[in-house]
Amino acid sequence: MISKDEILHVATLANLKFQPDEVDSFVDQLDKIVNMESKLSSVDTTGIEPTYNMGDTSTVFREDKGIHTQTREQMLENVPETDNNLIKVPTIVDKEDDE
Amino acid sequence: MDYMKETINSLHQKLADKELTAQDLTQQTLDNINAKEDKLNAFITVNDKAVDDAKKIDEKGINGRLSGIPIAIKDNIVTNGIKTTAASKILYNFMPVYSATVLEKLENAGAIDIGKTNLDEFAMGSSTETSHFGTSKNPWDFSRVPGGSSGGSAAAVASGDVVAALGTDTGGSIRQPAAFNGIFGIKPTYGRVSRWGVIAFASSLDQVGVMSKRVEDSAEVLSVIAGHDDHDSTSSEKEVPDYRANLNKDMTGVKIAVPKEFYHEGTHKDVLDNVNKALDAYKKMGATVEEVSLPSLKHAVEVYYVLASSEASSNLQRYDGVRYGYRAKDVKNIKDLFVNSRSEGFGDEVKRRIMLGTFALSAGAYDAYFKKAAQVRTIFINEMSNVLKDYDLIMGPSTTTPAFKIGEKVDDPLAMYMNDILTIPANLAGLPAASVPAGLADGMPVGLQIIGKPFAEQDVFNAAYALQEENKFYEQIPTALKGED
Repeated sequence: MISKDEILHVATLANLKFQPDEVDSFVDQLDKIVNMESKLSSVDTTGIEPTYNMGDTSTVFREDKGIHTQTREQMLENVPETDNNLIKVPTIVDKEDDE
Repeated sequence: MDYMKETINSLHQKLADKELTAQDLTQQTLDNINAKEDKLNAFITVNDKAVDDAKKIDEKGINGRLSGIPIAIKDNIVTNGIKTTAASKILYNFMPVYSATVLEKLENAGAIDIGKTNLDEFAMGSSTETSHFGTSKNPWDFSRVPGGSSGGSAAAVASGDVVAALGTDTGGSIRQPAAFNGIFGIKPTYGRVSRWGVIAFASSLDQVGVMSKRVEDSAEVLSVIAGHDDHDSTSSEKEVPDYRANLNKDMTGVKIAVPKEFYHEGTHKDVLDNVNKALDAYKKMGATVEEVSLPSLKHAVEVYYVLASSEASSNLQRYDGVRYGYRAKDVKNIKDLFVNSRSEGFGDEVKRRIMLGTFALSAGAYDAYFKKAAQVRTIFINEMSNVLKDYDLIMGPSTTTPAFKIGEKVDDPLAMYMNDILTIPANLAGLPAASVPAGLADGMPVGLQIIGKPFAEQDVFNAAYALQEENKFYEQIPTALKGED
């Protein structure tokens, strides 16, 4: 059983928020899914290595040389707000914090 | 151009003999797509510049079998200068400044990107119903889903819009829609195809593949897009065979394993009847068919939804409204910008997966969910490898039912997830797997799933080709399209 508080905590971790009228249905659905996933606890995994990656995971080396990819202009093409060729974002330190 | 009767080979002949120019072919393809889009909604973006691209091919001359052939691209594969959205509001206006390796390879071979096909948002879904741009329709019955997540690619191929399309497959997203639309679709071995420029969902599972009416056309396209890429360290350096040239329908002595767990109680009887008929056909061709057991299959959906969601929650952290995509208005600080852009930009299913993944990776749950699922994955991989020590191929149904009705499962995520039980195994184990049409159940297509050993795509193609040449399913015209013209 996963509680509403737990879900709200996870939402904070995930940088998501839910409208008051949608929280309950989300909690209900996530609870059912997590419940399904909990059946994994019945499997004996003593001494079994986890598989986190697939394929050949050996490190790939290349010569330490710059490669041309995109220009600054290209990199900024999709930015929603720019100023002087820089990415513009809202205030990082809250104004209230200074007051 | 009526692609129902065409193959890459027949189109190439017409282009090479100058019976047809690449420009004409491309224009006809666009007209054909536009005439059906109201009903199908298979595409998110049609490439307006495709005829210009074809003109360049005509000027250079047709050289190579894909030269001048229009191909559809799933909209989670980035295409330079053509909007790429992953069917999400958060990328509704995203214009890539580079192309995925698979697209570069296709374009180097002269293929024309005809447009970007619809999918479930970020490829998370089995029906295209989670797309921000509306649900695609199944050309066999417009009231049914085309499957997903590569539902737009499947509908485009099945309706004769294109001869082949690219899809991606994380838990069945190529094979399930291929089965639902009566076409062929292959997810290659993990590492066979570069994923550079493919919008990441679950990086230990994602793979790019091909969908087409005919096996030989997917074989041809896969040979072009496969191979090592310096941009993707998981891509294999193994040599890429010419899958089409090596096609061989001789099934004599081929050992086929059928896991009894694939025949679980939830599987529709008509689906099983068609699959059994296909297995009988293989026996007649000289193959042996034996029952085996994959006892951990019952945990596959659990493992998949923990791991895929965890990887997704990590991969989707990058969408924050700062550098590209949807940006929330009226925010008072950067934290609000992140939270509001994500909460307004992602749809419910994507939020659900991010939440599930963030939960499974959180301090209190990591060992019981994420690590546990990764351990059970190891057990499952071992079961699959053990079967493939004694057998050449694993076969069974691709899906538990034929295509379901639009809206039937959309409010029940758990029922939607269970739908993936038969396709998930090949992703968890990184194996090549395809769906090939086996017949019809109540007028809707049924797919036979064929799973091979790592990098044995040729075996999978050959077996699919043998069945195709036996049942000639490609001759069938999707029901809902009949009488349309």
